[in-house]
Amino acid sequence: MTTLADAWHWLTDPAHWSGDNGIAHRLLQHLVLTVVCLVVSCLIALPVALVLGHLGRGGALAVNLSNIGRAVPTFAVLVLLLLTPVGRWGEGPTVVALVLFAVPPLLTNAYVGMREVDRDVVRAARGMGMTGRQTLLRVELPLALPLVMNGVRIAAVQLVATATIAALAGGGGLGRIITAGFNLASTPQVVAGAVLVAVFALVVEAVFETVERLAPRWARAAR
Amino acid sequence: MPGPDTGRSNGVVTATPDDCLARNDWICGAYLSSRGQILLDAVLQHLRLTGLAVLIGLALALPLAVVARRWRWASGPVLAVTTILYTIPSLAMFSLLLPLYGLSASLVVAGLVLYSLTLLVRNILAGLRAVPEETRQAARGLGYGPVRLLLTVELPLALPAAMAGLRIATVSAVSLVTVGAIVGFGGLGNLIYAGMNTYFKAQVLTASVLCVVIAVVADLLLLGVQRLLTPWTRAARG
Repeated sequence: MTTLADAWHWLTDPAHWSGDNGIAHRLLQHLVLTVVCLVVSCLIALPVALVLGHLGRGGALAVNLSNIGRAVPTFAVLVLLLLTPVGRWGEGPTVVALVLFAVPPLLTNAYVGMREVDRDVVRAARGMGMTGRQTLLRVELPLALPLVMNGVRIAAVQLVATATIAALAGGGGLGRIITAGFNLASTPQVVAGAVLVAVFALVVEAVFETVERLAPRWARAAR
Repeated sequence: MPGPDTGRSNGVVTATPDDCLARNDWICGAYLSSRGQILLDAVLQHLRLTGLAVLIGLALALPLAVVARRWRWASGPVLAVTTILYTIPSLAMFSLLLPLYGLSASLVVAGLVLYSLTLLVRNILAGLRAVPEETRQAARGLGYGPVRLLLTVELPLALPAAMAGLRIATVSAVSLVTVGAIVGFGGLGNLIYAGMNTYFKAQVLTASVLCVVIAVVADLLLLGVQRLLTPWTRAARG
């Protein structure tokens, strides 16, 4: 219990919130990394997945990419990137690793979502004279949206986790509070940093949950 | 760091022997031969941590899933708690357990157990729920009690889904063990961490590749076990 109290004291000490290593700056870094990399990953993965899903090609790759992504340790990729020329470019390894690990869930979910659209509906759209592009954008995409959004949600949670581990390889973000705590052998700081990261991750998850609840009925996952 | 003996000690003092260790190459045979024991120890620690975590996770997940299946009110809280646990990033999870376990292997195992719990509970529960009601009624009609129904009908039918969860949990655990390097118990992660601090490319690449190899081999082994345990799924397909 005393550790928790100490962690609370550490968190509420205004001195720990300001400066380059302060909580406020680390929080902002974590948020910017997560949001920017989520947008970049979506721009890379979603068009590819939607087109592949529309054409019904490359399914094995799109589905297996998630399994491959799971088997490769985030930490190993971060360190490997750090030792390559990318490592000399500040947050380079972090950004590349974040995108690499966010793309597989986006790709897999969007692809599966597109393929699970009722084939009869697609045929009906074609029967009404819709072109391929119209079918993709007006029929398949709206129907696949729940699974696409599920992929975005998994990717976002993955991004928060990867950005945390990036601290082990010298990257910025809330994880740095934890690693600094380990270096100082300060359990209160380690626990305080961990609480911040956990709360951040849960808030991200909650935002997606809320968006899903507020979304119109047709855009919600059928559960 | 000194490279292995290159046979040039006959008076000629060379500052840097010309081998792949001195050149800091990514791929280096001399690294494998000179540090085989260190690699083996790291692999064994990696396997021990992963195996222990997944087995404990399985032992906890099975009763939780059965309880959540039997009593409807229990499934909400069980799923909510495991989802929350799964959302917390691994580094934070290990750090939150620090006051409880200190810098120990138990800390890494406990963290991994919490992650595998989510995947296993969800999959076992999905498997149990997918057992057709007719099958259950048929077993009851044959005079099966609730325990015998669970053990001889429901659990075997839930096995494919449960094994799928076990494979995902094992592969994830193999990859997450590396983060345990923060407390010094990360298996191959320790070598990656040390290699990062000394810019030792061969060590980082070798340990990373071994991690992936362990994950793939474990996945294939479990797939084999699944095939052996559920011969009927193949018969149905063929």
